Amino acid sequence: MRSEPKGRGARTLIALWTVCVVAFLYVPLLAVVLASFSRQRYFQFPIAAWSTRWYEKAAHSLSVRDLVWTSLSVALLVTLFSVLLAFFGALAFARYDWRGRKLYQRLVLLPLFFPQAVLGLALLLWFSVLGVQTSWHTAVFAHMIWIVPIVILIMSIQVYSFDPTLEEAAYDLGASRWQVLREVTLPILSPGLVSGAIFAFLLSWGNFPLSLFSTGADQTVPEWLYAKMVSGYTPMVPTLGALTMASAALLLLLVWLVWQTVGRGRRRLARR
Amino acid sequence: MSGRPAASERAAPTGVRRWWRRPGPLCAFPVSLFLLAGFAGPLVIVLAYSFMPPRTFSLRQAPTLENFASVISDSYYLSFFWSLFLATTAVLILFLVCYPIAYGMAKLFGRWANLVTALVALPLLISENIRLFGWVLVLLKNGILDGTLQQLFGVSVSGLLYTVPAIVLGLVYVYLPFMLFPLVIGISMVPESLKEAAADLGASRFEIFREVELPLSMPGIMIGGILSFILALGSLAESKILGGQTVIMIADDIESAFTFAQNWPKGSVLSVLLIALSGLIVVMLFRNIDLDRIIGRR
Repeated sequence: MRSEPKGRGARTLIALWTVCVVAFLYVPLLAVVLASFSRQRYFQFPIAAWSTRWYEKAAHSLSVRDLVWTSLSVALLVTLFSVLLAFFGALAFARYDWRGRKLYQRLVLLPLFFPQAVLGLALLLWFSVLGVQTSWHTAVFAHMIWIVPIVILIMSIQVYSFDPTLEEAAYDLGASRWQVLREVTLPILSPGLVSGAIFAFLLSWGNFPLSLFSTGADQTVPEWLYAKMVSGYTPMVPTLGALTMASAALLLLLVWLVWQTVGRGRRRLARR
Repeated sequence: MSGRPAASERAAPTGVRRWWRRPGPLCAFPVSLFLLAGFAGPLVIVLAYSFMPPRTFSLRQAPTLENFASVISDSYYLSFFWSLFLATTAVLILFLVCYPIAYGMAKLFGRWANLVTALVALPLLISENIRLFGWVLVLLKNGILDGTLQQLFGVSVSGLLYTVPAIVLGLVYVYLPFMLFPLVIGISMVPESLKEAAADLGASRFEIFREVELPLSMPGIMIGGILSFILALGSLAESKILGGQTVIMIADDIESAFTFAQNWPKGSVLSVLLIALSGLIVVMLFRNIDLDRIIGRR
């Protein structure tokens, strides 16, 4: 299978293997969804009695509301700041040719090659030395150390395929720096901006190792899930897990639908 | 970011000044400043704490090497060993699992490759905890696997959870995309014409793989291998959620030194050693790799 597969057999084998591995990736997700509909306090398979009572409990629980609100606030702020920083970061990464760029590229990617738990602890020490009280505000900062490089990477892919002569043409036609940014650069790079923003939001929404050490007394959903998994299991764990999955899926679906509609609108305009 | 030129040089713009005014450095400035404050700063502080006397919380003390000595005397090298062993095992399995898929995505699947990419990337957007918890439900006594086997064949496999293979499974599962995507990029960088040329010259399938494909896709293999290795080396949740207390990995030790033991200098020393180990590997990698070519496919 490793050498060049010329024949049909090897091709089919590779396709089959890919299907198996992709299915493997979804096994635990399915397990969580299944468990969330089980009536029993402790999970057993096959499931004897189905129920949605844990969903009702989650919907009425005040602590769940707090958790979701904290996670949501962190994720929204992370998205906003990351996209702003990463937009310019990606231009420096991929658009402009300047001395020091190679070094800059490596430095930007360095946090990605770093165990997040250790980074979280290092940030905890850093906040304590600076005398900053940890809360969900510091978690925003902590998430960004890891998420900004990822967003830069995602946007850079778009920036690499960007044609700089379009900007130059606009300058030649008398546009100001701000006009070029608003009328040329931003619209062309907007797909990269949108996918960067989605990644930023969802990665922050699901982040655990950085939150663990940087949220102080506040708690995000993944932190709560971890605490309950390690000690004090409750059936709300699979329920909240399934709910976060559903919300992520819903967000992606929504963005995709909007994207399709916008694309169709644009094509219609172009045809006129 | 080098400073501004001195007043006497202001008349004629110097090299530094002109460099500073160009859009590249200007755009890089906010991110660089941010990472300096949020990444470089904390690392310096961890390094500083590792030289402080044990169980102290202030940086204003005489530096000591006591913590480094205690790493050896308190047998912390054991958790280092376990982390290295588990990470190496996971990376080897990942390479074998991912190579055929990456090959398919780069050369065979055509438009379907995008679908595979999306399907592999989607679980990344769900918290690692939830996904690992799903494996707990699968491997648990009377869980999904055990329950199914009991129903169908009457066999029970109850001792799967909280074992070393369960941790390896967790590592392979969580870090699969980090191996797969760089591999895809690496393999798609191999020109078909070279393989055809090798075949025309009489090379066998295995020879083509060993002499052409493997060396030319090496940047991707290296990035994928090292990325997943380093992330696995510093992983915390896998050994805690799937391993129970079977094995203590290094990140586990670091966490408990900071939390339960309230011994910041000890935790810092372990962090510094872990960082030094990973850092060494990353620096070696980055020296030989051209990022523009890999990300931008220029």
